[in-house]
Amino acid sequence: MEIPYTISTRPDTGLWNAKIGIWLFLASEVMLFGGLFSAYVFLRLDAGPGEWPHGLLNVPVGTMNTAILIMSSVTVVLAWAALKMRRYRAYWWYMLATILCGVIFLFVKLYYEWPQKFEHYGVFLKPEAREKYEQYLGNHRREEKGLEPRIEISGHLENREALTDPNAKEYEIGLDPVFTDPNNPANDRPHFLYVPPTDKVAKIEKEDVGRIDSFGPWHSAYFASYFTITGLHGAHVLGGVIVFLYMWLPVSKKVYQRNPEHLANRVEVAGLFWHFVDLVWIFVFPLFYLL
Amino acid sequence: MNNPPDIAQDPAEHEEYAHGVHQHVSRYLIVGAVLLFFTLLTVALSYVDFGGFFSWLFHVHISPKTGGKLNIAVALVVAAFKVSLVGLIFMHLAAEKRLIYRVLIFTGFFVLGLFWLTYLAWYNPITR
Amino acid sequence: MDASTSLPATAGHHDPHAHAEHEHHELGFWRKYIFSTDHKVIGIQYGLCGLIFLFFGFSLMMIMRWQLAYPGEALPVIGKWLPYLFGAGSMPDGKMTPEFYNSLGAMHGTIMIFLGVVPVAFAAFGNFVVPLQIGAPDMTFPKVNAASFWAFAVGGVIMLTSFFVPGGAAKSGWTSYVPLAAIADKGQGFNIIFNGQSLWLIGFVFLITSSLLGAVNFITTIIQLRAKGLTWMRLPFFVWAQFVTAFLLLLAFPPLEAAIVMQLMDRTAATSFFLPAGMVVNGAPLHISGGGSPLLWQHLFWFLGHPEVYVLILPAFGIVAEILANNSRKPLWGYKSLVFSVLVIGFLSFIVWAHHMWLTGMGSTVSAFFQTTTLLISIPSVIILSAFFISLWGGSIRFNVPMLWVTAFLPMFGIGGLTGIPLAFNSADLYLHDTYYVIAHFHYIVAPGTIFGLFAGIYYWFPKATGRMMNEFWGKVHFWPSLICMNVIFLPMFLQGMLGMHRRWYDGGQGWTLAGEHIWGLTGFQWNTPISWAAWIMGLAQIPFIINFFWSIRHGKKADDNPWQATTLEWTAPNRPPHGNFLTPPVAYRGPYEYSLPGREKDFTMQNEPVEPAERSRRAAEPALVH
Repeated sequence: MEIPYTISTRPDTGLWNAKIGIWLFLASEVMLFGGLFSAYVFLRLDAGPGEWPHGLLNVPVGTMNTAILIMSSVTVVLAWAALKMRRYRAYWWYMLATILCGVIFLFVKLYYEWPQKFEHYGVFLKPEAREKYEQYLGNHRREEKGLEPRIEISGHLENREALTDPNAKEYEIGLDPVFTDPNNPANDRPHFLYVPPTDKVAKIEKEDVGRIDSFGPWHSAYFASYFTITGLHGAHVLGGVIVFLYMWLPVSKKVYQRNPEHLANRVEVAGLFWHFVDLVWIFVFPLFYLL
Repeated sequence: MNNPPDIAQDPAEHEEYAHGVHQHVSRYLIVGAVLLFFTLLTVALSYVDFGGFFSWLFHVHISPKTGGKLNIAVALVVAAFKVSLVGLIFMHLAAEKRLIYRVLIFTGFFVLGLFWLTYLAWYNPITR
Repeated sequence: MDASTSLPATAGHHDPHAHAEHEHHELGFWRKYIFSTDHKVIGIQYGLCGLIFLFFGFSLMMIMRWQLAYPGEALPVIGKWLPYLFGAGSMPDGKMTPEFYNSLGAMHGTIMIFLGVVPVAFAAFGNFVVPLQIGAPDMTFPKVNAASFWAFAVGGVIMLTSFFVPGGAAKSGWTSYVPLAAIADKGQGFNIIFNGQSLWLIGFVFLITSSLLGAVNFITTIIQLRAKGLTWMRLPFFVWAQFVTAFLLLLAFPPLEAAIVMQLMDRTAATSFFLPAGMVVNGAPLHISGGGSPLLWQHLFWFLGHPEVYVLILPAFGIVAEILANNSRKPLWGYKSLVFSVLVIGFLSFIVWAHHMWLTGMGSTVSAFFQTTTLLISIPSVIILSAFFISLWGGSIRFNVPMLWVTAFLPMFGIGGLTGIPLAFNSADLYLHDTYYVIAHFHYIVAPGTIFGLFAGIYYWFPKATGRMMNEFWGKVHFWPSLICMNVIFLPMFLQGMLGMHRRWYDGGQGWTLAGEHIWGLTGFQWNTPISWAAWIMGLAQIPFIINFFWSIRHGKKADDNPWQATTLEWTAPNRPPHGNFLTPPVAYRGPYEYSLPGREKDFTMQNEPVEPAERSRRAAEPALVH
């Protein structure tokens, strides 16, 4: 006996096997990312004043990446439609476009966004020392306005050796723009365009520093969540790209020639996975980049 | 339309079906454009000071904290709209079978339960 | 009563392999027995591996019991050899260190649950029996099935490897609570990846992957591959139980997978998902960002942890149902109630988890919510157990070996379930939490509960898998000491717990030591000693089973295709079913438990026997063949 309903549908459910299989898998993925998002909620609620940073991610780049992923969702469903209409050439081009979009997304993340974070440093001042650096923090005004205090000074670490050298007494930080003009109301909210650290250097004494960390996952609960969620999401993007590659290479043409509906179904199933990955990103983008 | 019976075999039926798919292609492109537009809208709205705006509109004072919460709410509403477009149109959920709906409804219930009950436990400790 | 009286449409004894062969070319040894995609082979692979892990996990407990019975004394004979296996730090001079005790405890729990019971109850029995019981040729996704087994095997190997790395296996409890679990096995002399706790986490990811893939397969198979005429309400209860179990695994495991990734990040990437600010370890402040929450781990862990315990019991309910109906020669009482109850259990199990967290300082609102749902979920469990008891009434009961295990299951599970009720109350649990009362409660459910169900299933389905019966006499030799020992082990633990004996402490705690002098007015009487001896005797009682199991494969009494005169579809297939199971797709015409139908000469009627017109007029409103 062969296994039935691998391509044709079972009459009472109206579905073929892999369709149910992929939706069940996606249900489990909803729970997986749900677990991560519930961690985000919990950690953000628990964060003390000023501990959850804002405006540290590059919004234009993130927007562009979001657009690329959305476009790839369009191209993959067009690829599926082309297969259904038995237009293999069109399918081939749409699938290539989808793969390229996925690869560009990953490249931007792995070769630009993430590495940039590891060059950017934040100095957390001891609470009693914050008064001393008020010229950079502007916390008096922020308290008046009911805004959260600034607890770290960030920018480019000019003297990296100070991290390990016990004789170095201070850190030299090439300040991020907001710390050069902290009392300007325009700097109360994050800016859209990313401006790199300035050449205005602040000297911060080590004894005033609680800790100094680059913007890696160790920096704060915010970055821990950011790297974990985007990392896991990126792994899913990579998985999707690999599956699409397999469906685009010449081996897929053989499946198409044997039974075109079989390939169409496979592409539909992989496409559903891909749309889900896009879906997750639609939530990740505002939660981390904008809010 | 999205879960055809075994039409692969019959070329005449297939032609009819392929024509149906063709009509849907324009729908996919339109939805894609809408999604891109709403992405830009999400970004723009995140820079709008809703706290200040509603303070002015209703002549009440809304603290920056509440204003921040309003921004979160707006962003999540827009995201939910985009997600439903992806789900209903790209993932064919609008025409999907009952079984799939049932699986997703239960999943949705459980993930919301995870969110809500975890939040409730945080919100309601024995002391603060 | 054998298969030849069933419909000729299904495969007969003679040469079932002939037809199978011209559909698939003959596979080599590796593809046929090792990397097989056949559900029966995979089921047996899961079963054998699971049983080996069960015995290994049991052995870990037997070593622990030495410390509890004879604290601080050297373990004779074995004690000298264990350090060669587990490292010098485990039992210097044969005396157990507290760290090793903790490792034994954590790994006993992890291995028994995730490498023992779940693979045997869900994956082994489910894989072997479910496709046969629904009349399917295999699972819907055979390659995914194979991948699922191999992911489990890799996860198991990683877990076992964790014993042999510096520092030994994970020792922060099977619940792996942070902050302890995040800082354990770190620092000087520890590798960042190859330490017990990190390997536990990594192995777990493989186990979760295995379960998720398996769950997708089971659910799709049960929905799509039911034979013609096998409507939902004609399914054997075992299939319903596996269906709900699969959903529990599918939806409850992923948040824990997320949490495990986060704990791995905490251990390797210096994140602070679960570590609060201001943590000081061994006098030195930790250089972390802080801002994390230990409670977050507990929520995500128990979100799985609670449905997991239903994963442990539901397949056993299913096995018990089949064997009970078969050996009382009566239909199960309350089939619809059973189905409804198992669905309600599945649903409610997702919203009760915080009853494992009563001592975390929850406010009255959230506490009241979880107490309510926890008490609610006891109702369907009671309905199921009651239906089983009532099913015995008026039955013509045959006490063969499977039925012995099933009959013992009923009161044992009853004890386990009822003793859980005080734990459902936040107030009572303030006292009982983390005492031996809890250990007794859950072990009664899993040990003389589920594991008895698994033994019953092994004796019951053994002939279908091997074509031979297991020896009845040695089955009874296996059964009686196991039953008696289980009770000697776990019944006193309720009392120990109520007296304040703390779990996970290798000496029960000082309060316990003081109380121990006043138990039953017998100064100095320590229950730990008889409990330990019962555990060791119980270990010995498994030896007849192991020998019986392997010996009977070759030398057991030959069995015909339906040795138990059962009604469900798996008994219409030949023993050792060929690849594809059935030559022609079976058709079901009736419900699963048509035992002792009035007006028939046999006391059982198989599901694939057509309903004659004469019979149809006798039966009120039985639906005609429905797809």
